[in-house]
Amino acid sequence: MVNLTVNGKARTYDGDPDMPLLWYVRDDLRLTGTRFGCGAGLCGACTVHVDGQAVRSCQTKMSTLAGKTVLTIDALSTNGTLHPVQKAWVTHNVPQCGYCQSGQIMSAVALLKATPNPTDADIDRGMAGNICRCGTYQRIRAAIHTAAKERA
Amino acid sequence: MIIENISLNRRQFLGGLLSTGAFVVASRLVPEELCAQTAGAAIFNTKADTASLHPSVYLGIETDGTVFIVTHRSEMGTGIRTSLPLVAADELDANWNRCRIEQGVGDTRYGDQNTDGSRSIRDFYDAFRVAGASARSMLISAAATQLNVPASELTTANHEVVHAKSGKKLGYGALVAAAAKLPVPKAAELQFKPKTAWKFVGKERPIYDLNNIATGKAEFGLDVYREGMVFASVEHPPVVGGVVKSLDDKAALAVKGVSQTVTLDAPKPPLLFQTLGGVAVIGNSTWAVTQGRKQLKVEWNDGPHANFTSAPFTAAMVARVKQPLKVARNLGNVDTEFGKGGKVIEAVYTSPMAAHASMEPPAAVAEFRNGKAEIWCPTQNPQAVQDTVSAALGIDKKNVVCHVTLLGGGFGRKSKPDYAAEAAILARKLGKPVKVVWTREDDIRHDFYHASAAVYHKATVDAKGKPTAWLQRSVFQPIGSTFGAPGPLDFELDLGLVDAPYDIPNIRAENAGADAHVRIGWFRAVTNNFHAFASHCFADELAHAAGRDSLEFMLDMLGPGKVIDLKAQGVNYSNYGADIAKYPVDSRRLRRVLEVAGERSNWGKKKPGNGWGIGIAAHRSFNTYVASVVEVEIDAQGRVKIPRIDQVADPGIVINPDRVRAQLEGAAVMGAGLAMYGEITATNGRIDQKNFDGFRVARMNDAPVQVNVHFVESGNLPTGVGEPGLPPVIAALANAIYSATGKRIREMPFSKTKLA
Repeated sequence: MVNLTVNGKARTYDGDPDMPLLWYVRDDLRLTGTRFGCGAGLCGACTVHVDGQAVRSCQTKMSTLAGKTVLTIDALSTNGTLHPVQKAWVTHNVPQCGYCQSGQIMSAVALLKATPNPTDADIDRGMAGNICRCGTYQRIRAAIHTAAKERA
Repeated sequence: MIIENISLNRRQFLGGLLSTGAFVVASRLVPEELCAQTAGAAIFNTKADTASLHPSVYLGIETDGTVFIVTHRSEMGTGIRTSLPLVAADELDANWNRCRIEQGVGDTRYGDQNTDGSRSIRDFYDAFRVAGASARSMLISAAATQLNVPASELTTANHEVVHAKSGKKLGYGALVAAAAKLPVPKAAELQFKPKTAWKFVGKERPIYDLNNIATGKAEFGLDVYREGMVFASVEHPPVVGGVVKSLDDKAALAVKGVSQTVTLDAPKPPLLFQTLGGVAVIGNSTWAVTQGRKQLKVEWNDGPHANFTSAPFTAAMVARVKQPLKVARNLGNVDTEFGKGGKVIEAVYTSPMAAHASMEPPAAVAEFRNGKAEIWCPTQNPQAVQDTVSAALGIDKKNVVCHVTLLGGGFGRKSKPDYAAEAAILARKLGKPVKVVWTREDDIRHDFYHASAAVYHKATVDAKGKPTAWLQRSVFQPIGSTFGAPGPLDFELDLGLVDAPYDIPNIRAENAGADAHVRIGWFRAVTNNFHAFASHCFADELAHAAGRDSLEFMLDMLGPGKVIDLKAQGVNYSNYGADIAKYPVDSRRLRRVLEVAGERSNWGKKKPGNGWGIGIAAHRSFNTYVASVVEVEIDAQGRVKIPRIDQVADPGIVINPDRVRAQLEGAAVMGAGLAMYGEITATNGRIDQKNFDGFRVARMNDAPVQVNVHFVESGNLPTGVGEPGLPPVIAALANAIYSATGKRIREMPFSKTKLA
């Protein structure tokens, strides 16, 4: 039995303790904003926050989440107000197909929390784990700079 | 036509073949009922169909003024789901905020739906203008009656019909009921807005799904859940054509949540888009079925393709391409010219297989009820889903409803709906809704791969440093193999092999197909990628050999520029399925993008050296002209950094400039990644790569840092932009590396060549 909080709601899980958080939020809770990309921690599409840290939900076993607080993209904006990072994504028209962008945004939010005014090199380091096959990296970089300015 | 080359063992696939043939000239691209009210014949009624005013399959207006616009092309990141509706909304003079976009199901009444070949705008720009203009015309007629004024005194603006003389205005919604009683005007009689009055076309506009994507609400194929649905994960044969020899599923069935396994039939040739066969594990969650699969014990009969190993295979292609092959184009006489004793240069370029690796792996949900299949999936071609599922289940195509979700990338993979057929077969067998989920490993190991190729070039250059003879040969795994053809289909040769637009009196192109051994399919820009890599690197080699500037040399090779008449040279050129009279091969446009690329990139201003270099290439593909200039910085360890790429495009009329820029930016990133790292190999018929560790794609830290996109405003008919940005980047990057290091790379991926 694992008690955890997901997007502000208390949840209890009693299934396979090895099941990754990814499939818990998607298949069990139907929070589908978190995407499946590789299942191996290589692409970042499944990035969520656990206690404020960006993690790959496909590599995070349910057994490790007792007492933890999970935030997914589905609850990043509150009361219909976009998070500054989401706003910057919209301003720069970042997405093409959009599939990886949930993970990109969650990684960017965590990056800005740790590094409020990132350099290009900080962004390269912080975002290198998130693949975008459409190739939107240049706009992601610009959007992160914009979000940093807005929050400063 | 390609059909003649293909042995059609299964007659029912003819339709499917037509709708899947990326570059087959469709006899009827736009349905003739375009201007008729056709709700009755629909496979699935849209809100546009059931709206009070319904002048087109693509558009309807309700009495409250809401405009429903149907996109029948698939959204995989190009922005097409927004761009075509913008064209209709512009002609309608609609308020964009009152337009709702609906995604069309697979249905031939929409015309072609195979969203590939960069041709959605090219082929449907007119159809969507007609849809908007028809509605506008009917609303104006209704207003004329209501106001008792001549229609000629009426104009439209922002969702209203306006009578300037009296100052009276009537909202579209209020006119719908009266307009619906009027006949739909004939397309030939419609008046289109002049360019000066365009409100949306040519202007920046965010994509319709932007907010949903930013908030995680966007629905992709993997996000579809149906009541009572079970999950399936399929262990496919490791070698194409392999069949199950023995199966022990005891341990798999012991995994909690796994309910059963189902053995799927192996496909009979030709492979087409049939399922690969294998063993499906069924259960109550994605996790359960993927865990169950790991416990399967399957022995396979591999079949004949177990002898496929990439290194000797490539070596054989290289040996073959040095020999004379089947002639596909012959202008003048290259042999005579080579025999004249001038300096002759030759080179062989190789390119490996590649995987599409869209971020969303293939996935599909299917239900089967009362003889009808209903499918939800990310597909580039819902009509191919209908064809493939109808053949797999032996039911009529009309009884297959294919709902198209957003696609988490496509790049050509999702035109080929084997995964949807798996879901449909399982749904009928199990009697409940089934979701088939492909893992990334499934996707990488069981793709319809981008072909591997060997390309040979030979040329001779005169005293002024201009080529006088140009020979190119290409050997590759043909897409034709997937369709049972004995070799490459004509269109595969038309993409950069037979259409060299040079001002050279002697040109010959030759080719041969290699055995495929795996499923080969079209990948973004298709055979253009390796043909452009070879041709434009070779041009750069010739320039350096002649001691000339590369840009000046490339312009000289094009000559003053003209329309190239390939037909006169005996080439049956398919021209990407477009009318050659309307979309000619025009070397003047290629010259122009090269010239602009030179200006915008400050070509020639900075001397290469000290690890810095710059390269250029220009290529016409998909009726669009693109030049790329790539800068590189190479450090002491030989690591390549790409600080800047300039992309100059002439795609004719630009509908949504921001999305066109995005496509050219993305193509630069994908092209650079493919060139540097992209490689799929096989050993004993099995693909060696499994995930993004083995199959590398561009990441933030190694992608081009800055991609600048420039347009040449030619005012020509609009053409596609999804693919043409990719091919020239590959060659320009190799040329830049040469400029920086003096090392000529003739092998993709470039990372195999040590630069330190």
